[in-house]
Amino acid sequence: MTTPVLEAKGLIKRYGRVVAIDGSDLDLMPGEILAVIGDNGAGKSSLIKALSGAVVPDSGEIFLDGDPVHFRNPMDARAAGIETVYQTLAVAPGLDIADNLFLGREQRMPGVLGSVFRMLDRKTMRSEAARHMSELGVGTLQNIGQAVESLSGGQRQAVAVARSAAFGSKVVILDEPTAALGVKESNRVLQLIRDVRDRGLPVILISHNMPHVFEIADRIHIQRLGRRIAVITPQSHSMSDAVAIMTGAQPPPG
Amino acid sequence: MGTTTADFEVRRHDSIGLRLQHLLHGNPVLGPLAVLVLAIVAFSIVNGKFFSAANLSLVLLQVTVIAMLALGQTLIILTAGIDLSAGAIAVFSSILMALFATDAGVPAPLALLLGFACGTAMGALNGILVTRIKLPPFIVTLGTLTIFFSLNSVVSNSETVRGADMPGLMTWTGDAIPIGSFRLSYGSIIMLLLFGFFAYALSSTAWGKHVYATGDDIEAARLAGIRTGRVLFSVYTTAGLLYAVAGWILIGRLASASPNVGTEYNLDSITAVVLGGTSLFGGRGGVVGTLVGALIVGVFRNGLQLAGVEVVWQGFAIGLLVLVAVSIDQWIRKVKG
Repeated sequence: MTTPVLEAKGLIKRYGRVVAIDGSDLDLMPGEILAVIGDNGAGKSSLIKALSGAVVPDSGEIFLDGDPVHFRNPMDARAAGIETVYQTLAVAPGLDIADNLFLGREQRMPGVLGSVFRMLDRKTMRSEAARHMSELGVGTLQNIGQAVESLSGGQRQAVAVARSAAFGSKVVILDEPTAALGVKESNRVLQLIRDVRDRGLPVILISHNMPHVFEIADRIHIQRLGRRIAVITPQSHSMSDAVAIMTGAQPPPG
Repeated sequence: MGTTTADFEVRRHDSIGLRLQHLLHGNPVLGPLAVLVLAIVAFSIVNGKFFSAANLSLVLLQVTVIAMLALGQTLIILTAGIDLSAGAIAVFSSILMALFATDAGVPAPLALLLGFACGTAMGALNGILVTRIKLPPFIVTLGTLTIFFSLNSVVSNSETVRGADMPGLMTWTGDAIPIGSFRLSYGSIIMLLLFGFFAYALSSTAWGKHVYATGDDIEAARLAGIRTGRVLFSVYTTAGLLYAVAGWILIGRLASASPNVGTEYNLDSITAVVLGGTSLFGGRGGVVGTLVGALIVGVFRNGLQLAGVEVVWQGFAIGLLVLVAVSIDQWIRKVKG
């Protein structure tokens, strides 16, 4: 049996008397898109925050490639190869696409220019950015020097996804990537997510949108009352089954 | 839409207004530069004396201190902050370095460095209050403005230190190199060099990108892995040092260090930044625009004076310019893809 890329066991997170995650498990296999669904308050976002380092769980364990990891902040998770695209996107609207891709990990010029004058290697960053964007098939975004705020919602999402795919070496986590998009742009972003997976990076997708989940997920993790109550596939269950399990109207399979 | 690629088409925009909006959005210095050139042409036509080397060097001289303050102010406004204490820090630093060099008998270079250190510390205090106590910059600097001005009077006994009593280094910034009949002061040279330095730092270093990102959307910058607290602290501290340099230039300009000047400097520095196209909402603009903005203020003051307009109406004109500049900024911000 293959080792999960990312595995969580018995995670618990309490906020005062509120239990956000109540002994939840999760496993992400290599090369898959795992959708995480659940009703509001089921603990989806707390679970994801624990995996991306934004929240430190009270107890439980997280394994990356089988090795235990302890993330104290998002930088730790990122350094370990887990990239998260937050719903708020975390892009700087005034900066251009290349600057945004490299935001927080800029590359300096080699030699004295970089070490003494701290000069950024803009040429390399731009060509790298262009390469990452075109690898993901976002090639028509030709002007890498374009400010992100002049892009549409889908294009911004593409920049954020490209950034995570470019730097995430292990896992990409996407929080509601299609929530603010129209039909056409949603489809493009879904295709982008498939492209990320097809390049070998497993993806965790948090979404409320059942048609999107059923369209691209390999497996679906259903979160209810702070726990994983079922893992289904789009082949094994229907959309209405998933919603019924999620809301407690139908008992989980097995 | 293809089946294998997620291509996004770039939208076309055709109206002239929209194109202008995009042009200004991409090049925020163009607007202020156009205003400056138009003002120079207009004032030259009104009064022939305006476009003379002697008068233009006077304009540059008059603008130098405000431009230095506005340089520090720009860094802070780029992070969506504001510094009401800029002028107070400059004046306080100038008093301190003058007193060190005269009453305390400290060697001039050391007195100068002590003055710079005090300015930096005052900026750092603003930075700590903004990042650690997490108070709004407006409130923080309103408080420190009042404190610095009051300390100023205490330390100086409300007395002016005459330039003639100071070592030459303290008033050196007022000396000038004649270029024909144009006189370029050392203070102006320092100011221009520092503008060049920060234009470079903002555009070509990671620190610069982080300043813009922090001002643009602080939460997004934090999630992208930028230590926004450090960025903000560095900006307020650097600004403090720049204000202290402005204080040194001020001594050269006035040939004295006086606690009773500079009440209008705080707001003038903000005016220069705004006229230069830097957005008060952060993340947009730059120091080149600020230099142009400071020159606009100087050219208007000087030009209106030569045109025989009374002083009271000069302020009126500058105020009007500020309102127009902010309105244009709002319009540019609404740019759509």
